[in-house]
Amino acid sequence: MVVIGAITVLAVVMMTILSPYISPFNPSAINVGPLLQPPNSRFPLGTNHLGEDMLSRVLWGGWVMLQVAILSVVICSIIGVTIGLVGAYAGGFVDKISSLVMDSIYAFPGLVLAIAISAMLGPGVINMALAIAVVYIPSYFRVVRSQVLTVKELTYVEAARALGAKSRRILTRYILPNLLPSVVVVITLNFADAILTAAGLTFLGLGVPVSTADWGWDLTYGRQLLFSGAWWVIGFPGLMIVVTVWGFTIMGEGLSELLNPKLREIA
Amino acid sequence: MVEPLLTVRELSVEYASKRGQVKAVTDVSLFLDKGSTLGIVGESGSGKSTLGFAILNLVPSPGRVVAGKIMFDHTDILKQNEDNMRRIRGAEISMIFQDPLTSLNPLLKIRDHFTELFRVHSSTNHEDSISRAGQLLDDLGIARERLSDYPHQFSGGMRQRVMIGLALALNPKLVIADEPTTALDVIVEAQILELMKKLKDAYGLTLILVTHNIGIVAEMADRIAVMYAGRIIEMGPTNDIFADPLHPYTKGLLESAPNILHPERSMRPIPGSPPDLITLPTGCKFHPRCPRVFETCRMSDPLPVECKRRLVACHLYA
Amino acid sequence: MPQPQQGGLLTLRSYVVARVLLTIPMVLLLLTLVFVILRVIPGDPVLLHFEKAASPAAMDAMRHELGTDKPLINQYIDYVWGLLHGDMGKSMIDYSPVSQQVMSAFPATLELAIYSTAFAVVLGILLGVQSSRRFHSAQDHGIRTFGTITYSLPVFFLGMVLQLTLAVGLHLFPTGGRIAIGMEPVGLTIGSFHIATGLFTVDTLLEGNLVKFVTALRYLFLPTISLGLVICGTFIRMTRSNMLETLRMDFVTAAKARGLPNRVITYTYALKNAFLPILTMIGLQFAALLAGAVLTETTFSWPGLGSYLVGRIGFRDYTAIQGAVVFFGLLVTLVSLVVDLLYAYLDPRVRL
Repeated sequence: MVVIGAITVLAVVMMTILSPYISPFNPSAINVGPLLQPPNSRFPLGTNHLGEDMLSRVLWGGWVMLQVAILSVVICSIIGVTIGLVGAYAGGFVDKISSLVMDSIYAFPGLVLAIAISAMLGPGVINMALAIAVVYIPSYFRVVRSQVLTVKELTYVEAARALGAKSRRILTRYILPNLLPSVVVVITLNFADAILTAAGLTFLGLGVPVSTADWGWDLTYGRQLLFSGAWWVIGFPGLMIVVTVWGFTIMGEGLSELLNPKLREIA
Repeated sequence: MVEPLLTVRELSVEYASKRGQVKAVTDVSLFLDKGSTLGIVGESGSGKSTLGFAILNLVPSPGRVVAGKIMFDHTDILKQNEDNMRRIRGAEISMIFQDPLTSLNPLLKIRDHFTELFRVHSSTNHEDSISRAGQLLDDLGIARERLSDYPHQFSGGMRQRVMIGLALALNPKLVIADEPTTALDVIVEAQILELMKKLKDAYGLTLILVTHNIGIVAEMADRIAVMYAGRIIEMGPTNDIFADPLHPYTKGLLESAPNILHPERSMRPIPGSPPDLITLPTGCKFHPRCPRVFETCRMSDPLPVECKRRLVACHLYA
Repeated sequence: MPQPQQGGLLTLRSYVVARVLLTIPMVLLLLTLVFVILRVIPGDPVLLHFEKAASPAAMDAMRHELGTDKPLINQYIDYVWGLLHGDMGKSMIDYSPVSQQVMSAFPATLELAIYSTAFAVVLGILLGVQSSRRFHSAQDHGIRTFGTITYSLPVFFLGMVLQLTLAVGLHLFPTGGRIAIGMEPVGLTIGSFHIATGLFTVDTLLEGNLVKFVTALRYLFLPTISLGLVICGTFIRMTRSNMLETLRMDFVTAAKARGLPNRVITYTYALKNAFLPILTMIGLQFAALLAGAVLTETTFSWPGLGSYLVGRIGFRDYTAIQGAVVFFGLLVTLVSLVVDLLYAYLDPRVRL
């Protein structure tokens, strides 16, 4: 299952990276063809109301989303993991405070918080990434924290401490390696969620400026064209989002099943 | 001669696992007369619990019965469809489980455990079910008011009494007790065994007692079957086997248990460990650990033969 | 979250107290967070509101009206104090009370949330149970794939697809809005008592008007399905894994050994035990549900809190945005609290 997901994701990423080379038209070039044409031999995915080629738009459209996703995941994982480690390991007051703060962030519906932050920061890839990053920090925090708390009490860590190992050494040699698998799972699922949230933000108009070719924007345009039955304007970009997110989700679920021996044993 | 209540012939059960087929039970044959008690003894992994489940045709997947025949009271167990088996389970053959805490539904009151049982198997109405359950609890030494309690409110010993009550509620012909006292501490264990003996005599039960504890078996069973690596390696009257164990494994088992009559004798554990049930040793499965091993043992698996009023599967007696 | 221990009724009470007390600092932090985001980060929300340089006089007037000319600390205290009294400040558009606007938009979101959750849970449990019973079969894999795909769908995409096919294409359902004009329910009036919940499906029934009721349902249908489908994936997964775990437990084997039929075992034994975690999951999913609701409301022009929030962004009405976000946060916190308490109450291992 992990493999299927990884391949899917890789395919999408490759497609996006190669888009400048394989795309037949400039995705933002208007009037390259007749307006609002359903898929035909010349334009395999049809054209939209501005006469832009849908195929090109689909090929290019993932760029922004992937950038935002990667950026936000990087920021958020580093911050989340660090706070989790520090909080859980230090224990006591530090732990309680950080848990409380994280729980408060977690209390918000992700998109709502992202909307609020985006509205304040304004459009742009980096701002979007920041908004989304904040929302998901608690996820990393929780996973890391629970792992650290478990490992902290394990006998071999106590043994190491009894032998006089310094805190930092304990952290890096004992605790960190145990965390890695769970964190990887969270990262893949984070990607999936980040892309969905990014798409949502763009759909609401809070993402990137209008001119960029982006799957989210296509869906926003497509709304107005719904009544004319132009399904190809929303169908293909939407499908791409689904495929990408699905790839990450499958990867994440597959990984978590691998790591959860209980579920695996049942096989 | 009256026909035995239960006859098992050449039963084999295997589990599918990633590394291969686990041969949990191989070629087991035994019989049980009405009213008698058979003790099945063995280490963990010897296949004894699987044997118990097989008699109820309840071997959990990925396990399957791959060969053999089980005849219970003129019924071919393995050939019955699921509906028939459900009627037999609980009513004609019942089982007492090892850990009563995990074997009772934590969300159901004790009373409901009983009423549910009666509702499924008989046409007893609700009030009668409750009073019958109350009677059972009386026999078991539990206050009737406790019917409206939940399993976690009972102590371990009392929970096991409830399990016994459930097993006996419908007057089954055969009761299989799978390690009934393993999860209990020694004093409670003694009480439960006393109870079981009393009920056995009072109800004239036919009992199969599966355990790794030879001590219990000595007290309760008329006959014992000793299992090793899925096979019965010695089977016969309890007293005979205890007085004069034939198979080296049986001897080892008895010697490795503390003996209150001869405390000066040191306990001698059997060297080595039980075999991997996927890749079993050739020939006799016990030969790698046997103190009296010789050439033939490595080459062929001994068949059970009659010797001194019992069956033994050992080349020493072939 | 501290787990209740086995013990007496006293323990339940002390758990309740502890849990409720824990909520207070959380809520405070929540409010502070929103305050920081919406007042501190951008610096001057009034300036942002008037993006083109409006006359300084106009800006000062607004600042004075909204109280943003006071020092930050005062603003914060006013903010928290106001919220304790249910005052969310004044809208930047017309200085009308935000709390009123939020409360009037809320019932629509509530109605959508209730129906979609019910749909998602029922569908999730049915499919999850089915999946666990046919473990590792084609049906099992099919259901699980269905779950992952629905999870991966952006809810607005699904909404639009449904609109395209069922509304525009087949004309079975309306494309958007909450009710047809003239069909709004007026609730029930007994003497001088007026009862109206704000939930159209309930109010139309209170009124006794079946036509309005059916119309309300028709309008609810597509948004509910869209949101419900996207959410149900988690329930499928959770039900399935809980069932699988429970079905392996000793008391299930013991029940089978007593000859209890499969149906009884699946429902009384396995599902009942799996149910409590599902309840917790509903609480955990609530935040995600609200997030989805925002998008669903936008797609279907459903006049709830989500549409309100998004609309206000267009108007750059920052007080309103603040009020809506706070309300969302409080809502989630409340639901988590209720679910935790309900769980403690329902688990007999805790209760007695």
